[in-house]
This record gives sequence, structure tokens and C-alpha cells, in this order.
Amino acid sequence: MGVAVVLALVVIGSVTFHLLSPWWWTPIASNWHYIDNTIIITFWITGAVFAAVVLFMAYCLFRFRHREGHRAAYEPENKRLEWWLAIGTGIGVAAMLAPGLVVWKQFVTVPADAATVEIVGQQWQWSFRLPGADGQLGATDVTLVSPENPLGLDPKDARGQDDIIIQGDQLHLLLDKPVKVLLRSLDVVHDFYVPEFRAKMDMIPGNVTYYWFTPTRTGTFEALCAELCSTGHTFMRGGVVVEPESEYRAWLQQQKTFAQLTAAARDQARN
Amino acid sequence: MVDVPSDATVPLSTAEVEDVELYHPRSWVTKYVFSQDAKIIAIQYSLTALAIGLVALVLSWLMRLQLGFPGLVSFIDPERYYQLITMHGMIMVIYLLTALFLGGFGNYLIPLMLGARDMVFPYVNMLSYWIYLLAVLVLVAGFFVPGGTTGAGWTLYPPQAILANTPGQPWGIIVMLVSLILFIIGFTMGGLNYVVTVLQGRTRGMTLMRMPLTIWGIFTATVMALLAFPALFVAAVMMLLDRLIGTSFFMPSIVALGEQLPYRGGSPILFQHLFWFFGHPEVYIVALPAFGIVSDLISTHARKNIFGYRMMVWALVAIGALSFVVWAHHMYVSGMHPSFGFFFATTTLIIAIPTAIKVYNWVLTLWRGDIHFTLPMLFALGFIVTFVNGGLTGLFLGNVVVDVPLSDTMFVVAHFHMVMGVAPILVIFGAIYHWYPKVTGRMLDTTLGKLHFWITFLGAYLIFFPMHYIGLMGVPRRYHEIGDMAFVPASTATLNGFITVVALIVGAAQLIFVFNLAWSLRRGQPAGGNPWRATTLEWQTPETPPAHGNWGKTLPVVYRWAYDYSVPGAAEDFLPQNQPPDPATA
Repeated sequence: MGVAVVLALVVIGSVTFHLLSPWWWTPIASNWHYIDNTIIITFWITGAVFAAVVLFMAYCLFRFRHREGHRAAYEPENKRLEWWLAIGTGIGVAAMLAPGLVVWKQFVTVPADAATVEIVGQQWQWSFRLPGADGQLGATDVTLVSPENPLGLDPKDARGQDDIIIQGDQLHLLLDKPVKVLLRSLDVVHDFYVPEFRAKMDMIPGNVTYYWFTPTRTGTFEALCAELCSTGHTFMRGGVVVEPESEYRAWLQQQKTFAQLTAAARDQARN
Repeated sequence: MVDVPSDATVPLSTAEVEDVELYHPRSWVTKYVFSQDAKIIAIQYSLTALAIGLVALVLSWLMRLQLGFPGLVSFIDPERYYQLITMHGMIMVIYLLTALFLGGFGNYLIPLMLGARDMVFPYVNMLSYWIYLLAVLVLVAGFFVPGGTTGAGWTLYPPQAILANTPGQPWGIIVMLVSLILFIIGFTMGGLNYVVTVLQGRTRGMTLMRMPLTIWGIFTATVMALLAFPALFVAAVMMLLDRLIGTSFFMPSIVALGEQLPYRGGSPILFQHLFWFFGHPEVYIVALPAFGIVSDLISTHARKNIFGYRMMVWALVAIGALSFVVWAHHMYVSGMHPSFGFFFATTTLIIAIPTAIKVYNWVLTLWRGDIHFTLPMLFALGFIVTFVNGGLTGLFLGNVVVDVPLSDTMFVVAHFHMVMGVAPILVIFGAIYHWYPKVTGRMLDTTLGKLHFWITFLGAYLIFFPMHYIGLMGVPRRYHEIGDMAFVPASTATLNGFITVVALIVGAAQLIFVFNLAWSLRRGQPAGGNPWRATTLEWQTPETPPAHGNWGKTLPVVYRWAYDYSVPGAAEDFLPQNQPPDPATA
């Protein structure tokens, strides 16, 4: 009896908490509101199932609690009921999976007009690289990394000379322009994660991974590392600034290319 | 009444194998220490697992203190925090849950529930426990070696796991890997025993489709473990080689804190595949015995046959098989080929169907039952609530694109604690309250048990339910403090403090349970042979606790399935499996 009441209260409490919770996702700043929608669908379906199962259970506990002289029914199987429940569950699952797979298809299909940005993770900082005037990123190799060449660009690759390199600063992105983010790590697994963009992907040393999104809201967003990378993991923060074209261009003007940085390093070494 | 699967009228086959002579211990040491009796081995496994589990509990207290009240305990710096979470996770998943369900309940219940005198290979069974104990001791040794235990996270992802700036260097990771290798060797010895005993050691009349679901759960999980653990074994050996002699199985060229390391060409993601090829079945290796046990607890204490027995068996087998083709759902954001997402999301959500069927059948077993709110029943009910909750959030994380924002956040932590932490542990408690009378001959105290249940069940729910919402905001897991995060409201600190306080209380409540175990051993109510009036064979032994060899002179003969509760026309509301059919009603 008491158990039935408590289980009903667990359902009521959970639903109330869900509705009143001040802890909810961040306001979205990318095109991935499809993901949010799929989460909402999933919340509705799973919430209904949770409430139905637990409330039905609470009812059974109340209705069929032991009393003197009471005896349980004997019903080993009920094929029809079992199949209907299985089919119903299948439909519910399909209702969540189908939109999920459609959105996943979008998530992994990068639009042709997307800009390219490279994000490089290393313990415990983020660096960024943008293609220069030629629109292409130069080749890289981790074995080329040195204090003068922190991202390991191949100095013999002409495409890399005009690449813009940003270290110890925020990444700027152009508002409403799809961007393909190439992800590279120099040491361990990291994950560049801005909650407002919803997207994330691990960066694996030895591989280049990617994701894409379109920033849809101006502002400065905090980037976190979402894959354990030893003691500095908690503090591996970065920032992304989304801004309209004019401000973006002004920012881009001030950035240094790989060739400029190499020359500066060479000068410094000479002095 | 439809198609009764008890098939009590099938003629009994003759014994295929002669009753075998058992090894008879001659001294106290061979009887209670180096024992070959599965029941003693079961108790050894269980006590060792519970002891190391208490260590994991203390570790969780420390990490919760740090998360709830950052900086309160200055001892917990990031390095120690990562050591805490790594050891907590590893102990709970492998050294507690796997060992307790298979080594503990498996050893105790397989021979007794199947009407066997012992496991088929008692000597290997004994070795299995001692190697397990060695694995635990090596694990614990990690706390005392220079640098302490590894802090690589329980997933041990390379390159991080073996690099010099990861907490617990130089020894932690070596000790961890050696301990895992030992555990797998020990488990394989036990596991082969469980499988062969189920297949070959059943008494006359105990057909596979008359086995209690507890045995089906343990059997399926053991088969899975025998197939899954080898993947972890090779991964551990390769990582050990990478660490000790500088091979490059999992290590590509990297620059660690400004220094070029000599590794070339290895694949960190290969390790992730091997780890999760083991790691996902591992979830079900823990869950399936719990599914089986909880089915029997509900049926016995609701005095009603389990609903849809055959569907329950096939669901167990289907989940076991499917769980080998879903592993990469742990790797949706790992950078593996994106097309994998379609396949693994589909298989993952399909597995929800047999799992849901199990839940329906548990609840439908309650329908028109005669429900006794005994301690095992309470814990079984608590299990259903937490398992349904945790299972449903699995539908978020299994659905590839929904996983993208939630992956690696506290949502994941909340999900897996609910579904494979709290839920199976509630079953373990229920099972201990249920079988303790058989093991010791005495009942556990009910008042203490109810206190233990309510604090544990409601407390655990209060810990993990709100935690999902911290993750939904975007707070990553494995952060030793939230610190200053622009998008996190200040109230989150209050919530984290609340969770910590509840966690401390729930942890302390486990001492009530430990006290109850010790106190009832001498002072508990005498239980008699079958206090729950249950049908399965372990309750029909001539002596309680069962003696060496279990059955006295003659083995029991089985005439019916395990769920003849409240059979119409029967005088009692249960018919033991070894009760011959009444000619009048057959």
C-alpha cells in the first residue's frame, strides 16, 4: 500500500522536476535545432512510457497486495498480449530512431559551400588554423612539431604558407556561414565542445576528424574539452566568437600567416 | 489457461550419467579455505566482492565531496580525483558486479537450482576464486605503489593511459592492466565451469526450458563474458607492451608536452573498439543475471508464475546476441567513420524491444498476483523503477544524433549509474535478502532491511535523476569541478551539494546492511528449509544450509517448471519442481 503511493509519488516528482527544472539546455546558437527536436520527441515518448509502467505497477501493488484468503491467478502466457506489446514498442522505437537517423544523415553530410577551420588540441590548449588566400590548408605531420612550428605544418607545402594560425586566442566564425571543423590532436584524445552549438567530435592523434554546423547567433561562446585528457582536462577552455561579416574581416586582417610566424621565429632565433 | 509450458506429463528420461563421487575435504583448510565446494567458493567470491565494493563506495564519497563542495577537502586535487573515478568505475563494473553475479550467485545457485552436487570442475573452480583474489590484491596494491593507482579513467583510453603526465605514473597503469589480465584468467576458469555445469550437470527432468530464469540469466551472461573478455585481454596485453617495451599498437606519433615520443603508426581508436567490444556486452553481463534473478524474486513473492516464461528466455538470449553488435554506440563521437552511426543506432534501439518485453512481463507478473511486500520484493520493485528509468535514457544516448550533444556529459554518468549501477545493485541486495536464509539458515532482520531499502532506493533516485539535467545543460563528465562555466547557473552548485549530501547518506546506509549481515548470522530468526515457500530446487535440500554434495543420498528429480505458484486445484500455493505430478490433476 505504502509502496504503491511512494512509486506514484516518484512519477509525479519526476515529472514535476522535469517541468520546473531551472537546469535545461543552453539557448541554441547553431542550425542543429533538429537535434533538440529529436530530444524533445524522445522525452515525450520515454516520459510517457516511464509514467505508464510505474503507475501501472503502483496500481498492481495496491490492487493485488496480499490479503488473507486471496490467491494469485495462474496465467503462464498470453501470446496475443505479448505480441501486441512487442509491436507497440517497435513502433515507439521507430518513431525515435527514424528522425534520429534522418538528422544524423544531415549531421555527417557537409554542405559544399562550408568554410573550413582546423582546431588542434594539445594538453591543455586549443589552437586554430584557417586556410589563407588560396582557400586550402597545407599538409601537416605531428613529427614536424617544434617550438617554431607548433602545429606541425609541412614547410615544403606551398598551400600551407598562407595558412592563418591562431594560438592562445579565441576562434572567430562568420555568422550564418556553414563551417566544417577539422579536428586534430597532437597528444591525447580531446573533444572540442561548445554546448550552444550542440555538435561535438573527438580529436584523435594520428587522425583528422570533423563535424560541421552553421553558427546562427552572434556572441562569445565558451568551449570545453569533453574527453578526459589528464589533470588539466577541467581547465582546457577556449572561446568562439560568432560575428557578422565586417567585424569578422577586421579580425581576420590582424591574424598572422604561417610564413609570417616562421619568419618571425627565425628572426628571433638570429637575434 | 493457455499452453502450459510446465509439460508435467513428459515421461522422465533415465539418468545418462552415474552419480559421481565428490572430492571430500579432510581438514578445516580444505573445507573452508582451499575449498572445492561451489557454495564455499560462492561465499568467498561474494565476501571479497563486497569488501572491494566498500572501497569503491568510499572512493565515490570522496569524489562526491569534491563535486558537491569543491576545495573542501584539499587532498583531492585533480590528480587524485582522476585516480578516484578510475578506481571507482573499474572496481564497481568488474571486481564487484561481474564477480558477485557470476562468481558469487553463479557458484551458489547453478548447482543447487539445477539439482547438481557441485560444479563439474571443482578444482578449477577453486583456482578461479584464488586467481580472482590475486587480481583484487594486485588492484589494491595500486594504492600503495609509487604514484598510486592510475587516473586514466576506467576506459583507459590511449594515448593518455600510458603517458607520463597521466596520474598514477609510473606504476598505476601497469598494476591495473596486470590485475585485469589476472581477473580474466580467473573468470575464464569459473566461466567454463558455469557453462559446462548448466549444459551437462542438470539433474533428471531439468530440461533447459524448465530452468529458473536466474540460471538462464547467469548462463547467458557467462557465455557472453567468455566471448567478450578476450577482447579486453588482448587490449590489455597490447597496451602493456606499448607501455613497457615501447611497441606502438595503440600509439601514433605524438608530441607530449613539447617532447616528440618515439611511437609511430598505432591506432588509439583500435583500442576503443576492442575495449567496447568487451565493454558493451559487459553491461549485459551485469544486467542479465540481474534480469534472471529479479524474475524469480517477483514470481516467488507475488506467488504467481513468471508471465511469458518462454518469451523471457528468448528475450535474454536475443539481448545477449544483440549486445555483441552494438558496441560502437559508445563511440558515436569518437571520430570513427560516420556511417557506422546508422548501423549501431539501429541495432542499439532494436535491443530496446526484447528489453521492454522483459519489463512488461515483470509488471504483468504482478497483475492478479498475491503480492507480499517482503524485502526481496521491495528491492525487485526498486529495480524495475530504476531500470526503466535508466533504460529509457539509453534511448537518448543510443540514438546517434541525440548522443552528440549528450555524449561525455553528466547525462551519461546519470544514465549508466541508474541502469547498470543502482538497478543491478538493488537486485544484488534483493537476492541476498532472498537467499541469505538458505546460505546461513537464518533470516535477515526485516526492520533493518526496510530502512536499508528505502534509504538506498529513494536516495539513489534523488542522486541520479537530477544529475541528468546537469548533463543536459552541457556540463561534461570527468570534471573535477564545474568551476566558472559561462552557461551554468549558480543554482547548479546547490544541486551538486544536495546530491553529495544524499550520496553520503546512502553510502552510510550500506553500513546498516553490513551490520544486518553480521548480526543475523547468529541472532536472526531461524529460517527453516524453505521460508519463502518457493518452488525451485535450492529450497528443497535435505539440510539448510545445504551440506557438501547438496542432496544427501539421492539427487532430486524434476517434474515441472520453476513457476508452479497458485496452481488451480493445488492445496498449497506452490508446487516444488521435484514434486511428482498428482495423477488426479495431471
